[in-house]
Amino acid sequence: EGHIQTLRLDCVEYVKLLNKYAEKKSALGTLYLTATHLIYVEQTNNARTETWVLHHHIVSVEKLPLTASGCPLLIRCKTFQLLHLLFQRERDCQDVYQSLLRLSQPVKEEELYAFLYNPHQNEEDRRQGWEFISVANDFSRMGLSNDYWEISHLNKNYEICSTYPSILGLPKNASVAVVTGSAKFRSRGRLPVLSYYHKDTKAAICRCSQPLSGLTSRCVEDEQMLQAISQANPNCPFIYVVDTRPKLNAMANRAAGKGYENEDNYSNIRFQFQGIENIHVMRNSLQKLLEVCSMKSSMSDYLTGLENSGWLRHIKSVMDAGMFLAKAVCEERASVLVHCSDGWDRTAQVCSLACILLDPYYRTIKGLMVLIEKEWISFGHKFSHRCGHLDTDPKEVSPVFTQFLECVWQLSEQFPCVFEFNEHYLIEIHNQVYACQYGNFIGNCQKERLDMRLHEKTFSLWPHLLKNQHLYRNPLYRRSLESTVLRPSTLPLHFKFWCGMYNHYDRGMHPKQSVLDQLLSLTQKQEEGERTMTELQRLAVADGVLPDPSGPINTPTEQDSPSEKTPTAPFVQSNGSCLPLVNGDAEEAGPGAEKCIDKEGAEPGATEHDLTSSEDKPVSVETEHSKEEVQESS
Amino acid sequence: MEFAELIKTPRVDGVVLHRPFMPTVEGTLCLTGHHLILSSRQDNTEELWLLHANIDSIEKRFVGSLGTIIVKCKDLRVIQLDIPGMEECLNIASSIEALSTLDSVSLMYPFFYRPLFEVIEDGWQLFVPEEAFKDLESMVLFYPWNETTLFGLPKEDEEDNIALWSAESAFTVDEAVMMRAAQPLTGTNGRRCKEDEKLINATLCAGKRGYIIDTRTIAVAQQAKTRGGGFEQEANYPQWRRIHKAIERSNVLQDSLIKLVEACNDQSHSMDRWLSKLEASNWQSKVKEILTTACLAAQCIDREGASVLVHGTEGTDSTLQVTSLAQIILDPACRTIRGFEVLIEREWLQAGHPFQQRCAQSAYSNGKPRSEAPVFLLFLDCVWQILRQFPCSFQFNENLLIMFFEHAYASQFGTFLGNCVAERVKLQLSQKTVSLWSWVNRPQELERFLNPLYEPNNLVIWPSVAPQSLLLWEGVFLRWNRSTKCLDEACQEMVHIIEYNKELQNKVNSLRRQLAQLETEDSPLQTP
Repeated sequence: EGHIQTLRLDCVEYVKLLNKYAEKKSALGTLYLTATHLIYVEQTNNARTETWVLHHHIVSVEKLPLTASGCPLLIRCKTFQLLHLLFQRERDCQDVYQSLLRLSQPVKEEELYAFLYNPHQNEEDRRQGWEFISVANDFSRMGLSNDYWEISHLNKNYEICSTYPSILGLPKNASVAVVTGSAKFRSRGRLPVLSYYHKDTKAAICRCSQPLSGLTSRCVEDEQMLQAISQANPNCPFIYVVDTRPKLNAMANRAAGKGYENEDNYSNIRFQFQGIENIHVMRNSLQKLLEVCSMKSSMSDYLTGLENSGWLRHIKSVMDAGMFLAKAVCEERASVLVHCSDGWDRTAQVCSLACILLDPYYRTIKGLMVLIEKEWISFGHKFSHRCGHLDTDPKEVSPVFTQFLECVWQLSEQFPCVFEFNEHYLIEIHNQVYACQYGNFIGNCQKERLDMRLHEKTFSLWPHLLKNQHLYRNPLYRRSLESTVLRPSTLPLHFKFWCGMYNHYDRGMHPKQSVLDQLLSLTQKQEEGERTMTELQRLAVADGVLPDPSGPINTPTEQDSPSEKTPTAPFVQSNGSCLPLVNGDAEEAGPGAEKCIDKEGAEPGATEHDLTSSEDKPVSVETEHSKEEVQESS
Repeated sequence: MEFAELIKTPRVDGVVLHRPFMPTVEGTLCLTGHHLILSSRQDNTEELWLLHANIDSIEKRFVGSLGTIIVKCKDLRVIQLDIPGMEECLNIASSIEALSTLDSVSLMYPFFYRPLFEVIEDGWQLFVPEEAFKDLESMVLFYPWNETTLFGLPKEDEEDNIALWSAESAFTVDEAVMMRAAQPLTGTNGRRCKEDEKLINATLCAGKRGYIIDTRTIAVAQQAKTRGGGFEQEANYPQWRRIHKAIERSNVLQDSLIKLVEACNDQSHSMDRWLSKLEASNWQSKVKEILTTACLAAQCIDREGASVLVHGTEGTDSTLQVTSLAQIILDPACRTIRGFEVLIEREWLQAGHPFQQRCAQSAYSNGKPRSEAPVFLLFLDCVWQILRQFPCSFQFNENLLIMFFEHAYASQFGTFLGNCVAERVKLQLSQKTVSLWSWVNRPQELERFLNPLYEPNNLVIWPSVAPQSLLLWEGVFLRWNRSTKCLDEACQEMVHIIEYNKELQNKVNSLRRQLAQLETEDSPLQTP
């Protein structure tokens, strides 16, 4: 095992992993640092608990003031996990602190996990894995090329726009001169191109960056470009131009030679601001939200904190903008051109959300992969910067993609039957984006990824997710409902705090019995039952008990995905490449995710509800507290 | 009094009914003594039958000769009636106002209602108190509705309201009891009462401990002394430890409900305004406080094997919330439909929660609240929170809780009339009205309330009371402000999956049996 030597294994004994609510209960354990993970192992009687944290998931490490019980170290993760370690010796704490600082902040791309990770696939599998999700195929699915739109290779060398994909959807009647001219008049050359084509209405969603209009500038080619987009839709005489920024921000940009479209210069456009705040506001908002989440607060403080964080307000603003697009397309049959400043954050959020509202395909497990690949990865959402994969400018970090996932979750709460996937899927994607275990989310645009030769050096996430899709299915998904355009309510009271994401690791806060897990295990039982039934019927016919080979009994819902037929293990191990920790058989769990061998974590899809936990570690966070109150009051 | 005197205009044609998320209906509006009825007189169109008792308040508006009445109901629904003709509109409005605010209990609908179904099981005979306490072996039975004298309790003590409840033997704790009471009347000069001390101390065996949970803060409890109330001095109750919690008095609750419902109905505000109004209503805080206190009581019993005595001031509001929730946490029987009915009967109706006073008005009432307070609704909300966290541990679903809420405020049944058992006896409810239980427990009705995910679970269920874990009860507060189409579909789909699965397993088993049978029949032939 060649690479094992490259791993420096640090091991510290007598460490406590503090339970947020009950310090007394924590046992002593051992902390290991591998090249990729921090692993905490606690052995009590017969139970062995392992907590795995990927170094890439660590966002900050903080030494807290010494206490009587030891030296505390607080580790915050991008997955919103909080680890509170307690060391007996100050030196151990300092050593681990130093090591983690280094390990959690790689400087060069090559240090990222994906370049080291090998899921034991051959080159052919790897190639196929990367080709599994294709933006070009999605264009064909939408019906491109057609009379109005074509797939263009003008950007094949990334010369027109370095942060765009190599293939672009463009209106047929836009000449090369118009395309290149328009690109020059847009921030970073991000010209208006097709994001989504709605076959039924022939309306299109297009995206771009802000025009370099300043206070007075105009560009004939850009005006012609918008004209061409408008003409590509025979059903509506105008197009909406949606600037997703607050008006004030857009106006400020004019002074810097950028800005927004002047309605007088463009024919037949209807201009609209949407008021989504910028990445800095979003970063601070999440920061505040997480403070609220981690505090043990009163209801009043919690609600006030939630309000002050502004987080749900921002989620609503993204949802509102997405709704505006979807309505324009399906009700007014109007095409929409969307931009923000650079057109890679808010624009990506709004376009992809509109796609989900309009097109049921994107509500499937595979469809969401395609959508993320198309609107986010290929259109140059700067994952490396926004997720802070490397130790770079912290001001570039922002939870833009997280917000998109949350919008999808909010939709799934309002429409429980229209998504093929469940909450676990969204959370897994979120974890993977930050894990850098697969190459998909490394780099800031297609060109960068090509230069890094990611397709040769790393693996794609999507086949891995597909392999585990039984974990991510929504048992309530009904294909019959799929064709409808979603019209969610965006009243403030219909937005909820996403406890499953931001307090994911505070298991005590979650429902102790999960309807989803219960239904997932039922679907699994159903598949087994159907298999047994077929087998028994075969036997019965052979024995003459049944007269007629009538085949398996009718299934109520036609769940026809072939992968469902494979028997499902509750938790699928993803790889064996990382060094075996103990016994030689401890495989690594879902990338970056914690792997617990305790009874709670080991069987997420298990049939038994989690009642054992309510038996021996009761609580309710706060009732534990009230118990202390009982003692205090005595 | 004749209802006809109050009905100025018994019917108006051409009235248009507007309800959120439903198509408008045009038809004839009729007023009867107890109902407001709107019928389109067309087949397949739903009619509106609204109990006057369900009407919380009305508003009138006029545009030209078209009058509009906004009817706001105690179940939180708001409907609009467009009535042609100003006079008709005014007449209708004043009739509704008069009919919905009748003072006399004996004029209420339950006294006039005749069931259209056959009463198989008379709900009035269903819950005999001795039954409820039958698990208590060595305890003396107290009949809560009997007069104080039967207890041998001193007259100056307000503890006329003691009930005992035993932790079932299923629990691994030693026999611990939960009791409820009103505050002791210690007053400012610290009066003592030997009998009370004896009674309270007698419930504990030697060496056992008990906890007195006073639902009021120490400051409030101190204040109560000036009005002759107070709390137990520890010196006089040596085996007991007193804990104060901060559940506010019920009169504050009404205001909280009004604010919450106002926030839920205002569609115009921004996210910030919504959250700040939700916070300002304080409703969610109350949910948290009560659940926390109930967990504490349950913990004393389950973890420490200690007995618990819960009281606030009167022992008829917050006390009941705490004791009944603690039982839901501890006792799996309370999580069945029958068990939950028993709980409501014993811990609410027989314990003397003044339903008629508390539920006289709801969130839309304009009048100054007298004794109105959504104590029972808040309890149901807390049950819903536990149900949401343990969706497989309850035999019933949310619909049952919503139904109880509706019937507590307006009903054709007599169950929630009156303020205590004594009043109910005086009103002869069991002879003159139909019991809610007679209706609910019919198999046709029960079906609606069954939780398809239910799997009996004998464990204690500890809910989380972290703010993140306690949600707004949309089923009640957003009930009329959202379309439930998608949620209903999800429910159906869930039932479908579960039933299909059962059916499949049955088929597999029966086929298996058939094959096994065949094999045993065949086997003698096969063996040589």
